Amino acid sequence: MNQKKISSDGSLNKEMRVRPIKQGTVIDHITAGQALNVLKILGISGTTTAVVSVAMNVPSKVMGSKDIVKIEDRELEEEEVDRVSLIAPNATINIIRDFEVVEKYRVDLPDRLEGVMKCENPNCISNTSEPVTSKFTVNKKPVELRCIYCDHVISQGITEHLI
Amino acid sequence: MLRHIISMKDFSRDEIDIILKNTMDFEPIARGKRSSLLSGKVLATLFYEPSTRTRLSFETAMKRLGGEVIDLGPVEKSSVAKGETLADTIRVIGNYADAIVLRHPREGAARMAAEYSNVPIINAGDGAGHHPTQTLLDLYTIMRESKLSNLRIALVGDLKYGRTVHSLAYALSMYHADMTLISPKQLQMPDVIKKDLKKQGASISETTNIEDVIGDIDVLYVTRIQKERFPDPAEYQKVAGIYRITEELLKRARDDFIIMHPLPRVDEIESAVDRTKYARYFEQSFYGVPVRMTLLAMAMGVV
Repeated sequence: MNQKKISSDGSLNKEMRVRPIKQGTVIDHITAGQALNVLKILGISGTTTAVVSVAMNVPSKVMGSKDIVKIEDRELEEEEVDRVSLIAPNATINIIRDFEVVEKYRVDLPDRLEGVMKCENPNCISNTSEPVTSKFTVNKKPVELRCIYCDHVISQGITEHLI
Repeated sequence: MLRHIISMKDFSRDEIDIILKNTMDFEPIARGKRSSLLSGKVLATLFYEPSTRTRLSFETAMKRLGGEVIDLGPVEKSSVAKGETLADTIRVIGNYADAIVLRHPREGAARMAAEYSNVPIINAGDGAGHHPTQTLLDLYTIMRESKLSNLRIALVGDLKYGRTVHSLAYALSMYHADMTLISPKQLQMPDVIKKDLKKQGASISETTNIEDVIGDIDVLYVTRIQKERFPDPAEYQKVAGIYRITEELLKRARDDFIIMHPLPRVDEIESAVDRTKYARYFEQSFYGVPVRMTLLAMAMGVV
């Protein structure tokens, strides 16, 4: 979603909370309160050099309230943003070029997740000093992640297991 | 493509049937008939956890097929004690051997080893995870001593931590066995595993009493309640010795009924039962040899 749409949102029309971006990615309709986890899952930390804007608990007609993340000068790949669906299943991705939305899609859970989550089983080989990246197969409804190493299933508290 | 043997979930029913059928041919060799099928081949055994029967039956299987065995030896005296990762050990040993048998205390160790190995990995137990060669020898025992079709089986003991019963129950669900799970409440089979079994179309019922089913089943599969798998020793004390198979209990058993146990046993089966016609656990441990012969020959590309 671009800035125009946000400013047309009744409660926001007096003042633009976040300015439009020229190039980059806008992640909209993030479940309220999950914006920082979205950054975490995308691997965007305090050391990033990108201009990142975060709006939290923005009033939304559809969702009541939502979070928005804007990342300038970086177009996120579809498989990168699909991870976002783990914590914000309704999120939409807008790719912006020259202030225009050139691509817009909903996030969709991937079939497999690598290196995003930590296995819950402390005795799993993926929780050791071995050179191994965590890998899960994903069941979509209900959301369940199964460790391909130890078969342990994560079905609750998914955000707590983000690496 | 390398054929690793990591989990029963990697096998289809057809593949299991082929393994069981091929094992019949290896039985005479397991009983001492000479063979040089694996002559010139080397098997490495890496046991990071103690094991006697699994390790010895793999060694016997390899040697009776004319092959050689090399052994990591006690972990505390090897490079592992110097802090070498499993991934490195596997890559090094893979240069010396044609296949690696691995037992490791961590769940998923064999799966990871397979990612690094340039020779087949045979999982001989990964923590509380999988132990597919045990499952295959259990299936073979059932096929030889009872029947795999229309099987009514009860699994008794530690169904929570016992890795052998999880793999076995999964495999039996492929044969549409009628399964009864017998355990104290705190050692019931985890829901996630029961869910998997039901997804496979398994028919499962649960009870806490062996007496409930003893007259109606073909096979009673007894497991040890393993002290080492309990995080809390007090929890272990509450359930230790809760099930005991006695001659008295077997009076109601069917004529062709059999008792199996992966061994070692502690006191789950009284020794008087060994002399009854029902006991099959020593035959079961013997069948480990021909089954592992089949798996070794498969892994090394000979059958």
